Amino acid sequence: MVKVNGEEFDVAGKTIAEYLSTTNYDPKRIAVERNGDIVFKAQYNETLLQDGDSIEVVSFVGGG
Amino acid sequence: MNNDKLIIGGHEFNSRFILGSGKYSMKLIEAAVKDAGAEIITLAVRRANTKEQESILDYIPEGITLLPNTSGARNAEEAVRIARLARELGCGNFVKVEIMRDSKYLLPDNQETIKATEILANEGFVVMPYMYPDLNVARDLVNAGAASVMPLASPIGSNKGLATKEFIQILIDEIDLPIIVDAGIGRPSQACEAMEMGAAAIMANTALATAGDLPMMASAFKNAIEAGRKAYLAGLGRVLTRGASASDPLTGFLRD
Repeated sequence: MVKVNGEEFDVAGKTIAEYLSTTNYDPKRIAVERNGDIVFKAQYNETLLQDGDSIEVVSFVGGG
Repeated sequence: MNNDKLIIGGHEFNSRFILGSGKYSMKLIEAAVKDAGAEIITLAVRRANTKEQESILDYIPEGITLLPNTSGARNAEEAVRIARLARELGCGNFVKVEIMRDSKYLLPDNQETIKATEILANEGFVVMPYMYPDLNVARDLVNAGAASVMPLASPIGSNKGLATKEFIQILIDEIDLPIIVDAGIGRPSQACEAMEMGAAAIMANTALATAGDLPMMASAFKNAIEAGRKAYLAGLGRVLTRGASASDPLTGFLRD
């Protein structure tokens, strides 16, 4: 299982690009972190999600 | 006045009003930016929501500098992590470092802020640290590579005004970086006063978000900030220690 933003998903073995294509995230408007390290957009196609990974997908919201 | 630029990290701005984007509808952002005349707007970074297709970026006019904050960070490490994610979101290298350990008073942790500022400045960020106004800390922030210093006027979101006025004045007088008063400014008159004191800019969010008419209040702040800046540049008239001083001639009275 892979944890994405605190929720478990059965997506181990997929690349980040493959996983994102199954979601509604707008790839232009997000940043991705895997186990605490940023995954740059150019790495989405080659980065494989592994069992136990923790992924954060973030975007901008209103704030002060 | 046309040559009176606000310079932050080598970037020039004409407006001295930094606008927050929190706690109000994204649909009001364009009007707020326009009526505030703002050129910099703050944003926060949060976990992305798959259900919302709208992005706040769709509502921010072209040419506006984005200033992501590190809100949610409880220490330097978390602030650095959020700043890096913000930069990866692809909207420039400005960051407002904001580190809080307590959720009741939301006071900035000055020591962790110095640490985060140093790391991020070394990574090429334009770092604008939010801080509790303390001269020693401000000097450490200068040495850490800050591009400005952002002291709080009173607790975040309180609209209570310049509770820390004396200490902000010390920073203005002693620190050779733009001093941008952030947090607690609730009224245009308070923004004007801070600008008269020599603040380089004002950051406001809650004062607008909780106003009856947000764009109109943005416009009121714009005018107040410009008025305060002009008064500062003009040089305020002196204050008498005691007594009075007539403005009218003391001769030629209509009497014998």
